[in-house]
Amino acid sequence: MSKASELANLIGNINAGGGGVNRNVIINGAMNVAQKGTSHTGLGGSTGAVYTLDRWHTYDSATAGRATVTQDSSAPSGFANSLKVDCTTADTSIAAGEIFLLAQRIEGQNLQAFAKGTSDAKPFTLSFYAKANASKTYVAELYDVDNSRHVGKTFTVGTSWARHEITFPADTTGAFGDDNARSLDVSIWLHGGSTFTGGTLGTTWQAEDADDRAAGIGSFFDSTSNTFFITGVQLEVGQNPTEFEHEPISQTEIKCFRYTQRLPHRDNSSGSGYANITTMGRNDGTTLHTGGIMLPVVMRTDATMTSSGSFRVHHPSAATAVTGLAIDDNFSTAGNLGINATVSSGLTAGHGSQLEQNNDPDAHILLSAEL
Amino acid sequence: MNIKEAKYIKNPENRTCGIKVTLEDNRILQVPRSLENSDYAEILKQVKAGTLTIKAAD
Repeated sequence: MSKASELANLIGNINAGGGGVNRNVIINGAMNVAQKGTSHTGLGGSTGAVYTLDRWHTYDSATAGRATVTQDSSAPSGFANSLKVDCTTADTSIAAGEIFLLAQRIEGQNLQAFAKGTSDAKPFTLSFYAKANASKTYVAELYDVDNSRHVGKTFTVGTSWARHEITFPADTTGAFGDDNARSLDVSIWLHGGSTFTGGTLGTTWQAEDADDRAAGIGSFFDSTSNTFFITGVQLEVGQNPTEFEHEPISQTEIKCFRYTQRLPHRDNSSGSGYANITTMGRNDGTTLHTGGIMLPVVMRTDATMTSSGSFRVHHPSAATAVTGLAIDDNFSTAGNLGINATVSSGLTAGHGSQLEQNNDPDAHILLSAEL
Repeated sequence: MNIKEAKYIKNPENRTCGIKVTLEDNRILQVPRSLENSDYAEILKQVKAGTLTIKAAD
């Protein structure tokens, strides 16, 4: 894109109510943040949504095919990372209800600038870089969760990195809720059965009609040779695509922390494997540590907690291995976590204590407030 | 979300403090009772559909 074209597009979008900084409503579009890990295997089947790189999930239903998602260093000029989908098990007998797609869900309060559902509704422009092992056609779709409406367009990916720019029309029907709930799914349909491909692709906004959602796509699962790479994803107000809005990694991380936080946020720099999890707590009996964690970024809502690895309660003069961790939602909010850690014995009620890794640098708690 | 078991958990004050969910792949989630939490919303959806019962805490 020439500088003159870029400037004209940006001015056009500003005049349409978009443009400027923070114009990209996609988070982690450059695929730089991966708190849940850089490799996610066995995707497919009937699991539903599985989160991979931050904010990005696959959604599957009834597939025999399987895939792996990784953060990959292959990327177009100006990017360091991409999200790679790799077919590991083929599925050439496609049942009607099969789905496999890559998507990001967006809160309604981040979408108000599109003025959807009003007479001033604005167009949506989606742009991204993609490549694959071979030429294949997929569908990029916007799905309005609040009003069960959708619009999609096909794009054909080739074997070299190419930028795809897709403008979807404005929709004067159905407003996005101005809240923290899921309002819009931005999806790349990679595979679908006839329930979703049997109609005519809805290229203007329409009420949900399942077989119009992914008509015209090829199947990502037709060969274990198949790969799909994507990065530089941007969704903005206006009819014109603008250059991807690069941002500092600190800003991307803060945006991601609203939905996912891994504690500790970083590995201990000394590698000792004793990083703090809770920094304030007390022994509430001989077998229980009760602690709190003030989160650096308020999350979308109270978070679900999972844990992995070995932990210990560090109390005066000793440390005792943890046998169980539990959330306490009576003391949790979107901005802090109440946590109870159980040990077999040895604590003194009323003593101060803290929860930390137990000689395990990979031990962590994962908080999820995803949509 | 393919749930194998959902069970209330209690804190030291014997108050319910969340739901322990075991998924089919044996991953364990600790879910807060917040209607805005998508995992809790899914649990309530399955309970309403009659396909899931949340067990009492131990």
